Amino acid sequence: MRSNRREFLKIAGVSALTLLVPAVLPPVRAAGNPSAPVAAARQASSPLQPLTAGRWALAVDLSKCSADCTDCTTACHQVHNVPALGNPGHEVKWIWREPFPAVFPGETHAWTGESLRRMRPPVLCNHCANPPCVRVCPTGATFQRPDGIVMMDYHRCIGCKICLAACPYGARSINFRDPRPFVQKLNPDYPTRTKGVIEKCNFCEERLARGLEPACVEACRQKALVFGDVEDPRSEIRLLLEKRVALRRRASLGTLPQVYYLL
Amino acid sequence: MRLHGKAIMSAGIAAFVLLVTFPLWYGGAGKPSPPDLRLDTPAIQELGEKRCVEDTAVMRSRHVQLLTAWRDEAVRKGNRTYTAADGRRFEASLSRTCLRCHSNKEQFCDQCHDYAGAKPDCFRCHVAPGEVGK
Repeated sequence: MRSNRREFLKIAGVSALTLLVPAVLPPVRAAGNPSAPVAAARQASSPLQPLTAGRWALAVDLSKCSADCTDCTTACHQVHNVPALGNPGHEVKWIWREPFPAVFPGETHAWTGESLRRMRPPVLCNHCANPPCVRVCPTGATFQRPDGIVMMDYHRCIGCKICLAACPYGARSINFRDPRPFVQKLNPDYPTRTKGVIEKCNFCEERLARGLEPACVEACRQKALVFGDVEDPRSEIRLLLEKRVALRRRASLGTLPQVYYLL
Repeated sequence: MRLHGKAIMSAGIAAFVLLVTFPLWYGGAGKPSPPDLRLDTPAIQELGEKRCVEDTAVMRSRHVQLLTAWRDEAVRKGNRTYTAADGRRFEASLSRTCLRCHSNKEQFCDQCHDYAGAKPDCFRCHVAPGEVGK
């Protein structure tokens, strides 16, 4: 087939038209269907309303906390799939109870009263303002958020246990074995951990992100646990700290713990 | 003598060709069929518009990058809201967003991962919907 000038002009004209079509069509399509993004947004999950703070802290009112109650521990361990391994040497703990002299070794003496000695305050990660675990972690798996929560990124933990040695409160646990088979009732909304990964209390940051208080605070029937923003002078926790004498665990070490025990 | 040498050479070449092409003809016999992914979960059936957070082509080729970005944003930066290309907003969560719709992990995730020989370790920690009752 020999092409002459007429054929060439025809083909050139059609080619130019195909170039123009995409430039004209999209605005027409968008104008013809204005409600599409709105309908799509309705189908999408609603955005989260997180609880935020300058610095999160927890107060434990020792006058309300009865020694034999385990509500906070049960709730926390259930929400976070903490395994019940049965072997005390392999135990994984997020919040648990210790005798008063073990919690406050510097505050007790030979004549500390029987009522104080019998007390078993709940203990957990102190979410220190100056956390030694964060300083020593070689992979950055332990880090501190701007709101003070000392976080564990399980994805990055190599199980080197240096944080375990650095924490003066024994608030961290390592999974010596695969914890998954030992979780009694799996909560699908929170991951389990794998063998060799360090874990600890995270102040329920996954619940705060959804506008909920920590599970231990919610579960406490005596209302002995108060969670709030210590940088907010009008928060409940600040009002309590103004009125009451508060102890912090091993405050002389300079880690600036953010769990306060009200006497 | 020359003939004898040729025979040995031919046999050697034939053996070499057989050996080199072994994966082609041996693998061809038991070739696995491409996975037929099942999307018929109750949550997906209820959706008015059956759409994932992004287009199918994007999800097919880039879901690993998307999940990794979600993980880093949620865990490291505390940002749990994902805004899709078309403006829809979702909670950035494997278990609370992805697995709510794709609750059939065996038929959806595993089939393709087995076929591709990919072994993601997400589910060593994250709980798939079917595992709760077990």
